[in-house]
Formats: sequence, C-alpha cells, structure tokens
Amino acid sequence: MTMSEIFAPLKEPLIMGTAVGIMVGVIAVIAGLTYFKLWGWLYNNYIKTVDHKKIGVMYIFVALVMLFKGGVEALLMRAQTAVPDNKLLNSEHYNEIFTTHGVLMILFVAMPFLFGLFNVVIPLQIGARDVAFPRLNALSFWLFAAGAVLINVSFIIGGSPNAGWTSYFPLAGIEYNPGVNNNYYAWSLQISGLGSLMTGINFVTTIVKMRAPGMTWMKVPMFTWSSFIANIIVVFAFPVLTVALIMMTMDRQFGTKFFSTEDGGMDMLWANLFWVWGHPEVYIVILPAFGVFSEVIATFSRKNLFGYGSMVASMIIISLLSFLVWAHHFYTMGHGVVVNGVFSITTMLIAVPTGVKIFNWLLTMRHGRITFTTPMLYALGFIPIFTIGGVTGVMLAMASADYQYHNTLFLVAHFHYVLIPGTVFGILAGYHFWWPKMFGFKLNEKIGQVGFWLIAIGFNVTFFPMFILGLDGYARRMYTYSAETGYMTLNMISFIGALVLALGFATLVYNIYYSLRHRKELACGGDPWDARSLEWATHSPVPEYNFAVVPTISRLDEFWYAKKEGRDLQAGKIEDIHMPNDSAAPFWQSVVMGLFAFFFIFNEIGIAIALGVVTLIFMAVRSFEIDEGRHIHIKEIEEEERRLRGDR
Amino acid sequence: MSKHNNSVPLEYQGEENDLKIFGFWIFLGAEIVLFATLFTTYFTLVNRTGSAPTGPELFEIGPVILETFLLLTSSFTIGLGVHAMRLGRVKPMIVFYIITLLLGAGFLAVEIDEFITYVDHGATITSSAFLSALMTLLGTHGAHVTFGLLWGIAIIIQVSKHGINKRTANKAFIFSLYWHFLDVVWIFLFSFIYLKGMM
Repeated sequence: MTMSEIFAPLKEPLIMGTAVGIMVGVIAVIAGLTYFKLWGWLYNNYIKTVDHKKIGVMYIFVALVMLFKGGVEALLMRAQTAVPDNKLLNSEHYNEIFTTHGVLMILFVAMPFLFGLFNVVIPLQIGARDVAFPRLNALSFWLFAAGAVLINVSFIIGGSPNAGWTSYFPLAGIEYNPGVNNNYYAWSLQISGLGSLMTGINFVTTIVKMRAPGMTWMKVPMFTWSSFIANIIVVFAFPVLTVALIMMTMDRQFGTKFFSTEDGGMDMLWANLFWVWGHPEVYIVILPAFGVFSEVIATFSRKNLFGYGSMVASMIIISLLSFLVWAHHFYTMGHGVVVNGVFSITTMLIAVPTGVKIFNWLLTMRHGRITFTTPMLYALGFIPIFTIGGVTGVMLAMASADYQYHNTLFLVAHFHYVLIPGTVFGILAGYHFWWPKMFGFKLNEKIGQVGFWLIAIGFNVTFFPMFILGLDGYARRMYTYSAETGYMTLNMISFIGALVLALGFATLVYNIYYSLRHRKELACGGDPWDARSLEWATHSPVPEYNFAVVPTISRLDEFWYAKKEGRDLQAGKIEDIHMPNDSAAPFWQSVVMGLFAFFFIFNEIGIAIALGVVTLIFMAVRSFEIDEGRHIHIKEIEEEERRLRGDR
Repeated sequence: MSKHNNSVPLEYQGEENDLKIFGFWIFLGAEIVLFATLFTTYFTLVNRTGSAPTGPELFEIGPVILETFLLLTSSFTIGLGVHAMRLGRVKPMIVFYIITLLLGAGFLAVEIDEFITYVDHGATITSSAFLSALMTLLGTHGAHVTFGLLWGIAIIIQVSKHGINKRTANKAFIFSLYWHFLDVVWIFLFSFIYLKGMM
C-alpha cells in the first residue's frame, strides 16, 4: 500500500473537514488532560480498573460518542436524499456512510450501551461483589474499544467499509471491492466480537453462580433475567460471526474460495451465516431493553410486574425462535416455496410471545399509580410505537408479500420502528433510570422530558414517511433520485424529522452538562425512585464493594417489601471483603490486538504475526501470574459506610 | 475464601475455582458452535470441488488412523494425569501430562505431513471451495491443538514449580477439559470428513 492509497479518502473535502475536526478534538482532549494533570487519574482510575461499575460507565460513554457519529451519518443521509439529484455526497461516500451507520448503531452503540447497563446493574441486582471474571471484563471492554477505534479511523486511513452492514458477497469480495475498506469491516467486528463473546461468558457465569443467598431463579429481577437470556444468545451466536468473518478475511486476503463466484464458491453461504448470527443479534439488543421496561414500568406504576412467569417463558421462547428465522432476511434470493413457508411461520410465531409481553406491561400499569418520569415516558412511548414496528414485521414475514417490500424503504422504516422504540428507548429509559445509581445525582427531569418528546416526535416524522416511500417503490441505499419520481416531499419531511431527532439527542448531552453543574441540588440517596430491586438497597454512587453486607433474599422485590416493613437488608455483621486487583494488562493487550488487526487490514502480515506473538506472551504472563486479590478490611468498610450514611 | 470441603476435589475448592470451571464449560459451549459452523460450511461445500481434487481422491486411511490413535490415546493419558493429581502425586501427574503433549505433538506432525501431501497433489486452500472448507476446518482444529501444546507446557512448568495446590489443580483440570474437547471434535472430523469422504 502506498501513502497516496492510504490517505486517498482525504481527497474529499467533507472527509478532510471531519478529519481535521477529529484531530482538533483529540488535541484538545490531550491538552486538557495535560493541563489539568489528569493523566495519572485517568490511568489509575479508569484504564487500569476492573471495577464493573466503572467499566459500565466507560461502555456508556463510548456508546454515546459513537451514537453521535452514527447520528451525524444518519443526518448526512437524510440531507443527501432530501432533494432530488443532490450533490452533497457522491455515491461512494454515501455507500460508506450507510454501511458504517448500520455497523456503528448496532455493534458500537446498542450493544455497548446495553453491556454498560449490564455492568453497572446486574452485579448490584443480584447482590454480587463484582462479575465472575473482573479482569476478563476489562479485556472485553478494551477489545470493544479497539474495534471501535478501527472502524472510526477507516474513514481517514484507507477508506470505510462500503458494502452495507450486511456486506453480502460477491460485492464485499476482493473482486468487486479491492480496497482495504472491507478488511476494516472484518477486523473491527472480529476484535470487538471477541470482546462480546467474553462478556457473554462472563455474565452467564455471574448470573448462574453469584446470586445472593436465597435468590432462586424465580426471584431474579426481570432486567437480570432478560440480560441472562441475551448473554446466552451472545455465547451461541457470536462464534458463527467469528467463523464467517474469518472466512471473509481468508477469501479477501488469502484467496480462498468460500464465497467466490468461481471454483465452487457459494456467495449465499455468507448471507446465511451472517443472518444466523444477525437475527439472534437483534434479540441480543432487544431483550435487555425489554428487561429495562419491565423494571421501569413496575417501579413507576407502584405495582409488581404482571405475569412474571410468562415474561420469563416468553423470553426463553423468543430466544429459541431467534435462531430459527434467519432466512426471512432474503426470501427473494432464491430458496424454494417450502423453505420460505417454514421461515414465514417461525417468524410470525415470534409475534406471539412478544405480544404476551406487551399485554403484561399494559396489565402491570392497570390500576397502578403511574408517575410520569423521563424513564417512564420512554417506556410508555415504546409500547405503541414498537407495536407499529411489530405489526409491519408480521407483514414482512409473509414471504409472498415480501417480494413487494424487499429492499425498499418500507423495510428500513420497519426495523427502525423496532430498534428505536425497542432498543434506543430502552437504553435511554435505563440511562435516565440508573444514572443516579452511577453518579449520586439525578438528571434534570424537565430537560429529560423535553428530550423524550423531541425524540419521539422527531422519530415518527423521520421514519413514518419511509413506509409510504417504500410502498411506492423507493429502494433502500439509493444515493439520489430524479425529480420526476415524486419522492421529494416525503423525503423532505423525513429530513425535517431527522433534524428534530438530532435536537432531541442534543438535549441528552445538554442535560449531562446542566445536571453536572446543578449536581448539588439534584443529589439523591440510594433509592431516589422508591424502586423495587436490590441495586437500590445500597448507596448512590455505589461504594467499591457494592454491599457492606450481602443481603439474604426470600422473595421477588425483597427490597420493596423490606422498605415497607422497615427492615434493613444489610443488618448482618460486616466482614473483610475480597476484591480483585486492578491491572493495566487488559488495556495494553487490547492495544496490541488492535494494532495486530490494523496491520492485518493493510496486508502487513509480518508485522501482524509479530504482534500476534506479543498477544500470546500477554496470555502466558497472565497464566504464570499469581494474583490472590486483596481485602478491604472491616474498619475501612465501616468508615466508608458511616461517611456515605452521613451524606444522605 | 478458604473454605475447606474435603468432599469436593481440590480443583473445585474455593469460589474462584468453581467459577472458572463453570465459565470454561460455557466457553466450550461457544467452541461447539464455532466448530458446528465450520462443519456446516464443510457439508455445504463438500461437493463444490471445481477442477481441483476431490475428497476420495485425496484421503488416505493410514495417516488418519494414526492421527486418531495418537489423539485418542492422549485423551486417555491426560485422564490418568488428572487421576494422579487427585491422588496428590506430582511426579506421575507431570509424566502423564508430558506423554499427553508428546502424543499431541505426534498428531500435529502427522497432520502437517498430510497437508503437505495434499499440496503435493495440487490441492491447496485456494484451489476450490471444498478445499477451503476442508483445510479451514482441519486447520482450526490443528490450531487448537497447537495452542493446547503451548498451554500444556505452561501448566507443566507451574505444577513442577508449585506442586499440586488449589490454583494449579484448577488450571490443570481446565486444561484437561480443553484437551478432551479437542478429542471429541476429532471424532467428528474422523467420522464425517474422512470415513464419509472415503465411502
């Protein structure tokens, strides 16, 4: 690769401008950290940490930054298509933007945001000191971060992936896509996917093995239940992606023939493997959001969750069905009537358990004393909007009708109607709900509610017109259209909606700034919402050891009943608490693995192998390391508890 | 932390040890999916040989039987190693682990030789979709064995340095799970690639 090829993307003014902007931003951050002498603080408190709460906060922070980037891409796409024959973006740049928008939003916004919530909330909800493997948890985060860096630098160095987030062959193959663009796709997903797999193993182990005494399976809070199922799906779905990406890399970089159009290769094999992972992936990002809604709706209706058992059962059924529907993503791509028929039925079946959940939420609210807080607004907005997404999903599930909808904006509207009210509202509800637990003060309610209305209205204005455009035959991923098609009006409305949506997301950022400045007035105790599950039984922000005394559980919503009965859940005797040691190794190992991937992307195999050996050395060092952890002594715990109680 | 319960083997004692073994089983679950995906790919592409050699033209029973013999025996010897560990006898344990790794290395040598033979017959990983799938599946298993050899050496060094204690017993036991798993995968490779391919 020559320098001119590597920096080819910079020839475009828009990318050059972004690159300069990023440079200025990075320099400003570095200068700020140096000026305020914060490097040591950052290194010791965050880069080295194995504390699940801090790792959770870092996940959410990175997810918000990526949300900003994915959002800007979305705005650019809407701006480009707002008027016919627009010259804002050329076709190549448009291809890159819709590809990275999809990749970023699913894998670098939705997943890490949820992983952040898992990290912050799950150990607290089950009364654990930390996750099962704290050091592995740090490695998961840093690998994800390395993947995020790779996909972002691709814009400036070498060129971004441009074959759609699904990267179907043969388009994504070396024959039609000779640049490094799709190597970035393979490697950034591979590296962050490894992190996701480790997270899955970690949380399955944590939830199975580390629940507080007495917390049997039917006493586990619903967010933990839903996340448990999502993590099981992670463990069984991500290896499929790992293998598919390895085969993509080998096809592109070593000339194997898996997906090629010659020597027996089969391009449809990629589509199948991709969606065998990809469809369960949808449920990985939606089930935990369902869990958030369950917590939020029960809390703000002042009632216990309706139909707990059926909630659990429906999620288990959904998780099984999620592996049996993948072919509905390409009904039109040449399988026969029988295959299409079977996949139609399994797909429609998913609507049944999902409908059960919707009714459970509605019945939880029935006769409840509802308070309209920001998280509750998101939960309330979710139900009707998500139902539209679900119903259009059943329309798409009908294979014969799908020939009309396939690859049109109707489909794009459908999955945004599922993922935005489902996942995005879910993570925003969780974010507003658990923010006080993370930082000890609430976010401003008024700004939060204004943000909700802007996002809910902006969303519908943006995406509803796409249903109509799609039915009128507007194909997705078109970078422009001519005036005679008559597509402009609805596209323009959609663009205006996108601006409102952007304004809504801007209020989220403003709310952080505002609430940070007014944190004294917004400060709150351990249980600001009068909530039900165990995470609210400890202080806010949570001390390092989580619970001075691990509570014993006798029923679901133990904390709620303890409050009503005036019992102190942490009344037992304080003992020394065993904690894991911090370590910088996960960070440096991820740096090395990120560089390994980077050189691999540019076919510098020699350097890549050397860095691969360094990774093995990291693992060997870890194997020989004797790490007994450390203890927090009774005296320190008592002092900390007194200090935190005094604060309240 | 140090709750001593003599009814539980050493490698399970203590909360951390218990978590590690359970977590490793979950990891093996993920590994099963990984190999299942590779097998599926292989079955999909098995007849798509292009103009390159086919399975029946390439496969020879001799080396494959030898590989099977070596790997199955190594699964037995590591079982003896774990048995020795449970009896608290360091030396036999280390000897059995060394034999295990030697058998593993023997397996690997035969497999590499087999790959070289394939290439000599004009069958490389880029020749056809069938060969890409075959060599990736076998290669992934072989890479696992190679990693196992490095890992096993690290375990042997630690056991000989620190003796058998809760920490080393836990590591040695988890390694044995990994090794048995590779053996199970090989049984599937042997049956569904070679035997089926030679029929």
